[in-house]
Amino acid sequence: MSQIETFYDVMRRQGITRRSFMKYCALTAAALGLSPAFVPRIAHAMETKPRTPVIWVHGLECTCCSESFIRSAHPLAKDVVLSMISLDYDDTLMAAAGHAAEAAMRDTIERYKGNYILAVEGNPPLNEDGMFCISGGKPFVEKLRYAARDAKAIISWGACASYGCVQAAKPNPTRATPVHQVITDKPIIKVPGCPPIAEVMTGVITYMLTFDRLPTLDRQGRPAMFYSQRIHDKCYRRPHFDAGQFVEAWDDENARKGYCLYKMGCKGPTTYNACSTVRWNDGVSFPIQSGHGCIGCSEDGFWDQGSFYDRVTDLTQFGVEANADKVGLAAAGVVGAGVAAHAAISALKAAQKKTQSSKEEA
Amino acid sequence: MVVQTPNGFELDTSGRRIVVDPVTRIEGHMRCEVNVDDAGVIRNAVSTGTMWRGLEVILKGRDPRDAWAFTERICGVCTGTHALTSVRAVEDALGITIPDNANSIRNMMQLNLQIHDHIVHFYHLHALDWVNPINALRADPKATSELQQAVSPSHPMSSPGYFRDVQNRLKQFVESGQLGLFKNGYWDNPAYLLPPEADLMATTHYLEALDLQKEVVKVHTIFGGKNPHPNWLVGGVPCPINVDGVGAVGAINMERLNLVSSIIDRCIEFNRNVYLPDVKAIGGFYRNWLHGGGLSSQACLAYGDIPENANDFSPENLHMPRGAIIDGDLSTVHDVDLRDPEQIQEFVDHSWYTYGAPGRGLHPWDGVTEPQYELGPNAKGSRTNIEEIDEAAKYSWIKAPRWKGHAMEVGPLARYVVGYAKGHEDIKHQLDGFLRDMDLPLDAVFSTLGRTAARALESEYCGRLQKHFFDKLMTNIINGDSSTANIEKWDPSSWPDQTIGVGASEAPRGALGHWIRIKDGRIENYQCVVPTTWNGSPRDSAGNIGAFEAALMNTPMARPDEPVEILRTLHSFDPCLACSTHVMSPEGEELTQVKVR
Repeated sequence: MSQIETFYDVMRRQGITRRSFMKYCALTAAALGLSPAFVPRIAHAMETKPRTPVIWVHGLECTCCSESFIRSAHPLAKDVVLSMISLDYDDTLMAAAGHAAEAAMRDTIERYKGNYILAVEGNPPLNEDGMFCISGGKPFVEKLRYAARDAKAIISWGACASYGCVQAAKPNPTRATPVHQVITDKPIIKVPGCPPIAEVMTGVITYMLTFDRLPTLDRQGRPAMFYSQRIHDKCYRRPHFDAGQFVEAWDDENARKGYCLYKMGCKGPTTYNACSTVRWNDGVSFPIQSGHGCIGCSEDGFWDQGSFYDRVTDLTQFGVEANADKVGLAAAGVVGAGVAAHAAISALKAAQKKTQSSKEEA
Repeated sequence: MVVQTPNGFELDTSGRRIVVDPVTRIEGHMRCEVNVDDAGVIRNAVSTGTMWRGLEVILKGRDPRDAWAFTERICGVCTGTHALTSVRAVEDALGITIPDNANSIRNMMQLNLQIHDHIVHFYHLHALDWVNPINALRADPKATSELQQAVSPSHPMSSPGYFRDVQNRLKQFVESGQLGLFKNGYWDNPAYLLPPEADLMATTHYLEALDLQKEVVKVHTIFGGKNPHPNWLVGGVPCPINVDGVGAVGAINMERLNLVSSIIDRCIEFNRNVYLPDVKAIGGFYRNWLHGGGLSSQACLAYGDIPENANDFSPENLHMPRGAIIDGDLSTVHDVDLRDPEQIQEFVDHSWYTYGAPGRGLHPWDGVTEPQYELGPNAKGSRTNIEEIDEAAKYSWIKAPRWKGHAMEVGPLARYVVGYAKGHEDIKHQLDGFLRDMDLPLDAVFSTLGRTAARALESEYCGRLQKHFFDKLMTNIINGDSSTANIEKWDPSSWPDQTIGVGASEAPRGALGHWIRIKDGRIENYQCVVPTTWNGSPRDSAGNIGAFEAALMNTPMARPDEPVEILRTLHSFDPCLACSTHVMSPEGEELTQVKVR
């Protein structure tokens, strides 16, 4: 491993000045939501670390995670691939195929035992002896186990790897199974979403490279920095929710005014993700901003929670459907009602999760 | 053993067998096996779809208004095209018309996908079959600059210093010893023909395209909220328009429209200054490598797309042509009817499904999908460790769709062949111009290179069309029409008890159709026949080989152990395996028994 340069070496040799490098570190810090005090620490990390090898495997999936990844604006996907990591295996992008591709994976596993990151997009199907997803003539699940054995950590990209996603929706005909139910002896970071936001994906990777540790995870194994708040909590249309101003039908006056999409089935109140803060595609928009409710794509089992146009729960009893005047008269009360509504939704959600996981075990 | 296929190919399995699995730089999972003769020429080709997800059975019993979101997840590369096809199928079933603005916005999103997909395909999935980035290290940056200015005088990024910087970055990347995505590539294979300067220019554009593609998709982000997987709506589009009123920041306003307009201009610029000139320049060095034609000269199919006026899917109203060509007869373009049970049928004799009896072909509305995973008696290896496929038996998770019994090629080249044969003005003008510039005869189009060129030409055409629909949208808004959704039949209580519908589109990879049956407000059955099902299909009951297989035939390989030529030709179709192999039903259950007149 002696010939392997540090991240900083690579950047410097690419003609990037010290000044630009520090600026880059500052941007990285900002992207990760860290204070300027962290900038020297990021710089130090990048000056002393070699490029971490990454093996990126694909199971049953649609490749939207890879597509999202290459949309990253900060850092740019090309900088991640050329300067931050060494993407030694990725069936979607690598030059080699067949035996040469498999040899590339073997070589990285042998040379970097315990020091590479395994990124998993999609999931293994377990029915039909795993042959609903074949790679190299064998079940994908074998490849997954093989690549996981010596990995330092595993990133479960997207809803497929994290939870199963669309092919695991009822009745899950192929028995598509999330990664953590197959690999149980490795640290796994779930980065759910269909797909996850590009900058969240590169944010997770840069965090791991920079701090040389896993990000703080919540109880479900998701990075807390991106998944600890509901979309609803930071939604720019939230004031309309609180004021009882809702879109009642597609393209009605209220839709044109940008009112709350709750009545159109928006799952923002029950979905934990960074869409309303980081937003999509370099911050251009996110589903609610473009007029459609959130479909909850970063939540476990979101395909089986009823129609995307069903309301998440009936909140009438809490009075949030009162008109703006009434809300204005009792603003303090409404805030309290909102909190109560959230608590109710959370409780419902917890109950749904419970049902679901007990079914999975059954 | 030598076998003659009904569609005119001589399959000889006596030579050495070469296996490529996984086939990389595609969407999804695929395996390919070929037999080569002593001279290294491919004499038999077998393409196997190696994944299967089962979305259609998952759709049963769901709300038809949700189907777009499920089917959109069939593929994240051609994101949106399944969603569009799905809302069209539901609208067809329920008799829903959409407003003009929704038509313009949907068209812009679909065209935007075509451009994005074609650019990413060429530079990030296909280029490494033609371009050798390691060889680029030997390039003279000054000569590269001269080459760039010669092939594309208007492209501003062409200075020697620019190419030197990229070359330095590449050099240091390679010298780091961590080759990443280039690891184990076939970089000393004589099939790579470009001079170092062309390799450096193209590698530079690999990086430029990577930066650009993330901008292209913002049209989806504006109208659909995100990309991949933007949001769609039965009855129109979810984004309202409000250019004047209070709260206009919650809708499509002038700022949003300006952003769309600027992206459309960037697409046009990149197509004209980078993509098309690159394809011509690279194609020029490979102008004698005209293998890979396969079915393109004899059997092409297109459903057509991009309706000028909303809700009118007649061929005259479609900017992308519809039609079928068979038996190599370009003088007759047959019309295509997705409702006719005699036209599109799927066969499963060589697929891992069963219809109960052999030799049957079923229309998607009559489709049965029952899995039957088994290897043939001459397969080598075991059930869970396939060493060699037995193509005389079942060998793929892809069904074999046929149009009136013919194996067909779909995709950009098929669209351009159909368009050319129909005298489509834009297509004819583009294709004739391209051939003139390249000094090649029309026959040269029927090749791997032709497929790659058609895709680039189409990207350019789509760029112009995208602008056309932007202008159309603006004109409509100026005239006071800001309607984007028709909600008359949003409520399921307004629907008939039972109804059927079909939606079609031209996905980047070719003709795409969704067939739906709705009963009591729920999906009773859903079937998709997708582009890679056509192109990647295995043999059918009559023994006709599919488009991938046909295209590989008779191609010489410089080094049979290094599948550069196989990858080159397979990639020219832009295979999408997640799309092609998602059909499924619970064991033994018939998915549909719908009779259609």
